[in-house]
Amino acid sequence: MAIIVFLIFVIFVIGLSLYLGNKAKTSSGYYAAGGQIHWGVNGIAFAGDYLSAASFLGICGMIATVGYDGFLYSIGYLAGWIVALFVVAEPLKRLGKYTFTDAVDANYNSRGIKLAAAISTLVVSICYLIPQMVGAGVLVEPLLGIPHAWGVLMVGAIVITIVATAGMASTTYVQFLKGGLLIIFSTVLVGVVVARGLTTRPDQGGAVEYYEFSHLAAVNNGGQFEVSEPGWTVLEQAEVKGGLFFVKLGHEGSETWWYASETDGVVTLKESQSVVTQGLDKWINGAPASADNQLRQVGNLEQIRGEKDTETGSLSIFEYLSVITDKDTIVRTWKTASFTDEAGAKVTVYYPKDVSGDRIMRPGLKFKVEGTWLERLDFLSLMLALFLGTAALPHILIRYYTVPSPASARKSTIVAIAAIGFFYILTLFMGLGAMTSGVINPADSNMAAPLLARSFGELLFAVISAIAFATVLGTVSGLIVAASGAVAHDLMDRYLNVQMDDRQKVRAGKISAFVIGGIAILLGILFKGMNVTFLVGLAFAVAASANLPAIIMLLFWKKATARGIAASIVVGIVTSLGLIAFSPELYTLYGMNPLDAPIPLNNPGIVSIPLSFITLVVVSLLTQKKGQA
Amino acid sequence: MHHEPATPAEKDPAGPYKMRLGIWMFVFYSLFYASFVAINLLSPLTMAAIVFAGLNLATVYGFALIVVALIEALIYDGMCRKKEAEFAAKEKQKGGKSQKGEG
Repeated sequence: MAIIVFLIFVIFVIGLSLYLGNKAKTSSGYYAAGGQIHWGVNGIAFAGDYLSAASFLGICGMIATVGYDGFLYSIGYLAGWIVALFVVAEPLKRLGKYTFTDAVDANYNSRGIKLAAAISTLVVSICYLIPQMVGAGVLVEPLLGIPHAWGVLMVGAIVITIVATAGMASTTYVQFLKGGLLIIFSTVLVGVVVARGLTTRPDQGGAVEYYEFSHLAAVNNGGQFEVSEPGWTVLEQAEVKGGLFFVKLGHEGSETWWYASETDGVVTLKESQSVVTQGLDKWINGAPASADNQLRQVGNLEQIRGEKDTETGSLSIFEYLSVITDKDTIVRTWKTASFTDEAGAKVTVYYPKDVSGDRIMRPGLKFKVEGTWLERLDFLSLMLALFLGTAALPHILIRYYTVPSPASARKSTIVAIAAIGFFYILTLFMGLGAMTSGVINPADSNMAAPLLARSFGELLFAVISAIAFATVLGTVSGLIVAASGAVAHDLMDRYLNVQMDDRQKVRAGKISAFVIGGIAILLGILFKGMNVTFLVGLAFAVAASANLPAIIMLLFWKKATARGIAASIVVGIVTSLGLIAFSPELYTLYGMNPLDAPIPLNNPGIVSIPLSFITLVVVSLLTQKKGQA
Repeated sequence: MHHEPATPAEKDPAGPYKMRLGIWMFVFYSLFYASFVAINLLSPLTMAAIVFAGLNLATVYGFALIVVALIEALIYDGMCRKKEAEFAAKEKQKGGKSQKGEG
């Protein structure tokens, strides 16, 4: 069923692209859909572009694992549209032709700006492409039963077909369709989640019997854990940085890892899940990994308003949130720790941690707002980048050139705010629904929303997965159009002055789309396993650092010079990428200790955005024409 | 090398008004957003305070940031349309007068 719905959807999308192919014969048709898209359609297409894998898969997954902190992304992503509407929409529409570079360079005709802005478009688009491709692989894996890499490859191939056949016209209608369907079916999903209510023993709608994780009493005898329960033997124990202890227990021939929790001197060993890898061998929960032996899906309420073994029945939307917010509601979340065991195998343990509802429903589980000043600065940096990043995303900016007038640009932005804002409110319910319904894959939070849909039956799962897949297809298409525009229009045509007629320009764009699609496929495979919304947050930081200072200053500061703008773009790209490359989160990705990272911030915006602004001002003042200063 | 917009932009006499209005609305929203971030940083426990129907400040403020964005956007659009209509009416009047003069 899932596969049939999925295939129908994909075939329809490709068919639509081929049908619209005749609109892409000219460069105006290819890059800007002829500038004739209706503002209402463009507004929903904006939503389609923006509600990417990061929003649907990543935010829901993050809320499902760290609660309110995931919702901060929804708030920040939406707030960014205010900058787009009030500051950027109409002026940018007046300035530009097809690309971000056209707009920034409109008043200067500078080779430096053309080069810097084109590179910036490419870098931001590729940064944004990575999480989309990761999301694609994550989606296809459980849906079609094929490996992550094949999923990424499949998305890449389909998207290249879409972009190469019809460019922006096709991308717009795919986005319109997908944006509309995403909002409609997310509303349906939230409706059934709230109607089902909350329970302490979620069974995925009866599909999977609720599994109760055990716990054992133990004693800590001078650093050595001992279990008093007969039949259980301590085989090994490990301490992970941060004072976490894990104990390997033997019982009836199986060997499993347990988390040692100590409260007021009382030690409890809590059953955990583990993945042990050595060479090509992989064990899950003590047995060889196989199609039947995978990590259990988790996430449930241990208590609802102080009561165990209970359920609420149908709730209103406010009741649903207030029950979870209650300080006597206990949510079981799952955390991860990795270490090497005595045999030299790599062990990843997923262990339970009970958190009260009032803690889940305010910031702090991921972003340490009560932590050190550096941790708080990291939070501030993220919120700044989310606020300023939207109006600097090239694939969003090019959508302003698909409508006929500045007023249409404004109206389509308002439609986008309404659609996107409504969807972001839904993310909180979908994320919390997944958190409490036993549908989270502890090794990869990105599938929380589709798996939540599966707990209501295969049909909803199939539709939601197909829409999520189309989400990835649409966003990747838009990004590839933007990136191919940077190569073919900005670099080849305008920077290098390669002589091409209109048809050759379109062909150059399509060849660029093919190459960029290939790069995206490769990166999507390399970045497997990272939360997609975190990766998109980084793309926002790069966009806000590289592009926004240039846009704002050229609109509002008469002394901005071409060299100042080009320099700020370069500084923005280099500093933001440099800070990300040496951040703790990327050190984890490299397999190194995050504490060794030379840059203590995960989010670079707080440093790179002001630096880019300062560069623009200083270089502009130093390069004023005589008599201008 | 042609570098005109994909569709020719008409002269917009309401442009300066819309830009000023946009900046003021942007400043207002920025302050609202900054207050949210500041409360989180300076007094994170305040976010746990229950303020409405069992919902805490974090949830209510988060929803408000989304809803206020839409309300501001609609107000902005309404005011822009009004100004555009005013200028369009003036243009029409001018056109009418000059036609009369010509006649």
